[in-house]
Amino acid sequence: MTAVAEKAMAPRLLSAEMPSGRTTGWWGMVLFVTTEATIFAALLGSYFYIRFQSGPQWPPPPLEDPKLTKVVIMTALLLPSSVPVMWAERGIRKGQRWRLRTGLAITMVLGLAFLGMQAWEYSEDLKKHTLTTDAYSSLFYTTTSLHGFHVAVGLLMAGWLLAASLRGSFGYRRHERVRLTAIYWHFVDVVWVAIFLCLYLSPRL
Amino acid sequence: MSVDTEEQSRSTSRDEAVAELEQDWGERPSLRSWFSTVDHKRIGRRYMVTAGVFFILAGTDAMILRTQLARPNATVLSPEAYDQLFTMHGTAMIFLFSTPMFFGFGNFLVPLLIGARDMAFPRLNAFGYWVFVFAGTVMFTSQLVGRAPDGGWFGYVPLTDTPYSTGINLDVYSLGLLFLGVSTTAGAINFIVTVVKMRAPGMSLNRMPLFVWAIVGTSFMVIFALPALNLANAMLFLDRRFGAHFFDPGHGGSTLLWQHLFWIFGHPDVYIIVMPALGIVSAVLPAFCRRGVVAYPLMVLAIVTISIISFGVWVHHMFATGLPQLSYSFFSAASTLITIPSGIQIFAWLFTMLRGRIVVRTPFLFVVGFIVTFVLGGFTGVMFAITAFDQQVTDSYFVVAHFHYVLFGGAVFPMLAGIYFWLPKFTGRMYAEKLSRWAFWLVLAGFNTTFMPMHVSGLLGMPRRIYTYPGGLGWDLWNLISTIGAYILAVGLLLVLIGVVHAVRRGAPAPDDPWQGDTLEWGTASPPRPYNFAAVPRVHSLHPMWDERTTVALATGEPLPGHQAMTTSELDGREEGAIEMPEASLLPLAAAVGILVAVLGLLWAWYWTGWYWLAGAGALLIFGALARWLWPPERTPEEAGVAS
Repeated sequence: MTAVAEKAMAPRLLSAEMPSGRTTGWWGMVLFVTTEATIFAALLGSYFYIRFQSGPQWPPPPLEDPKLTKVVIMTALLLPSSVPVMWAERGIRKGQRWRLRTGLAITMVLGLAFLGMQAWEYSEDLKKHTLTTDAYSSLFYTTTSLHGFHVAVGLLMAGWLLAASLRGSFGYRRHERVRLTAIYWHFVDVVWVAIFLCLYLSPRL
Repeated sequence: MSVDTEEQSRSTSRDEAVAELEQDWGERPSLRSWFSTVDHKRIGRRYMVTAGVFFILAGTDAMILRTQLARPNATVLSPEAYDQLFTMHGTAMIFLFSTPMFFGFGNFLVPLLIGARDMAFPRLNAFGYWVFVFAGTVMFTSQLVGRAPDGGWFGYVPLTDTPYSTGINLDVYSLGLLFLGVSTTAGAINFIVTVVKMRAPGMSLNRMPLFVWAIVGTSFMVIFALPALNLANAMLFLDRRFGAHFFDPGHGGSTLLWQHLFWIFGHPDVYIIVMPALGIVSAVLPAFCRRGVVAYPLMVLAIVTISIISFGVWVHHMFATGLPQLSYSFFSAASTLITIPSGIQIFAWLFTMLRGRIVVRTPFLFVVGFIVTFVLGGFTGVMFAITAFDQQVTDSYFVVAHFHYVLFGGAVFPMLAGIYFWLPKFTGRMYAEKLSRWAFWLVLAGFNTTFMPMHVSGLLGMPRRIYTYPGGLGWDLWNLISTIGAYILAVGLLLVLIGVVHAVRRGAPAPDDPWQGDTLEWGTASPPRPYNFAAVPRVHSLHPMWDERTTVALATGEPLPGHQAMTTSELDGREEGAIEMPEASLLPLAAAVGILVAVLGLLWAWYWTGWYWLAGAGALLIFGALARWLWPPERTPEEAGVAS
């Protein structure tokens, strides 16, 4: 019998649970992200609740559909920012610290660029409407700034990881925090897709 | 070497290992260790004592309310004071008493029941407790200075929004509940992870005690329900302070949005409160019926089903708001459906008693009291699921009667059963049986005398939340009876308190297992040592302490050395390995103080003026404490593992 077949037919392996190797930290982060995602779901739910009770025009006049140019660029910055995190995580699993550091640095640049673009977008939006204009504006600013806050927290986490990795805390044996930060960053990323679709694209439907 | 000496030398080496564990886990009593402890048993006891204090405060509120309502046209309270009292009574009982009290039970018991040495995240646990204390203190302090929330515990807009409620009262409500939400969420995550990863080897999911299932179901409801409340409160704060218009129909907002968000949280919250109580019932019964709860798989399914369906019934709180009829039909049907899993649990307990050999002690009496009162509350609950009936009696004293039967009957009776049942384990002392029976009969009689007449006054048209009423409407007698009942109930609860204090001070020392219980907490000392179990328990069945394989291994097994705990696989509880547990730390307290300062800053509007630097310092303290908390230990390249 080949070694592989022997291994596969060993009773312990046959009954082993898949997937294995989930740590307490993994579960903690996944549950945290789940409850956070529920907040965003409730916010977007509130958005559609208000929208469906509003008149035929949405956003309510005199406001126009949100402009897309900057937001598309922001999306183009944030979405790919998950890739360097994944690349960094794969690297540190093999013990390649340079990949961890480079990947985190690239992600942080993309995230910072996103926040910069958002500030620029706000500076133009605020000329047209503010938090206090109407319920639509309240929802718009609350949702986007809550997400921006999450990006900022993600940046803090990534920066903190980067600092720790420069000192040398991680390697192929010890890299759980990298995995947890990556989960959070992917979450921030995916939530943006939902916000982009609901707040920016859906009014044009 | 003879067999005897060999055995002797094995037991000496075990004694040495246990002595080392005492060294590794023990905390020298000092002021610092009081603030820095992360021991789930100390934290659990603190949760229970603190929640008990809040119960006394909120109960005192209720006694003053009942005194005011004893006679028509009474002038004990002004309308404004009455509003604050009933709001704080409800808010505190729901948020600051019930859930934290059960979190205290869970904190103390869950690691013991699953054979673990601590919660999965001990420091997060300490953090959750501090946040809870601070949030509760802020809310009750507002009452002392006469600025307590006064918009009812479900804070309906537009009444609670500007310009109808000015002043700081409802900011205390929205910020206080947001603050508290941090603690509840942290606790829920911690419970789930603990149960998923830290169960003793052999405790597959189908051997997990029902109380643990109940805590897990509760925690999942918190994860998905609490965000809706947090969001609603954040919106309310933005509306009130920063001029947003979420709930302002004049600017395209919606007042019903508040009600939807609140009840999407609020109905699951009823089960968040009651489900751990049902878990306590399932934990208490086996010891006093001398057999396991019947139909274990159905009980687990009932817990899971309730957790899910509870998210589909919220509109039955809004049957009088003029929503489309079709939605009423749906939510009416869902509300009726949820009685099925609840009924399964009730019948399972009844059959457990029927098939068991009953030993009548105080915890058992409270369980019986629970079944009677909870079923009565369930009857009126089914009536409320019918839209037509609901529209007739909503916002009357009939509702007040109903939810007190459900919440006091469904949560407080099992809680009292649990207190008497586990007091030996919590404190190492036994309670006095005779006094506790007096307490039981007074609580049962007082409770029913208080709330049964409210059904009648409600049907006679008495609305809830009125600060007084004119005589001659047929309500006088019923209100008087209710007030007398409230005083009897208070005496009964006072006897419970006296019994607990007496037990702690003078009670007889408790044996490790006074009830011959079936779950693992009875396999430890009373109260348990800081490391809970010297040897990691091995579980072979649903009732480990009724299983000789487990008890023998507990007494003679090889101790797990060091400040370590065992992790196991999620479903089958296969051994995965030992992990290092965190040491005591002041960082959780520091982070909680940071949040407290930031919350006070928001409350007093120190954004750009006033003590804004203090609020900013609070925010910095949060980030600093968290960064320090999560900073990884320095490792050599070999420890971390670096590719050459």
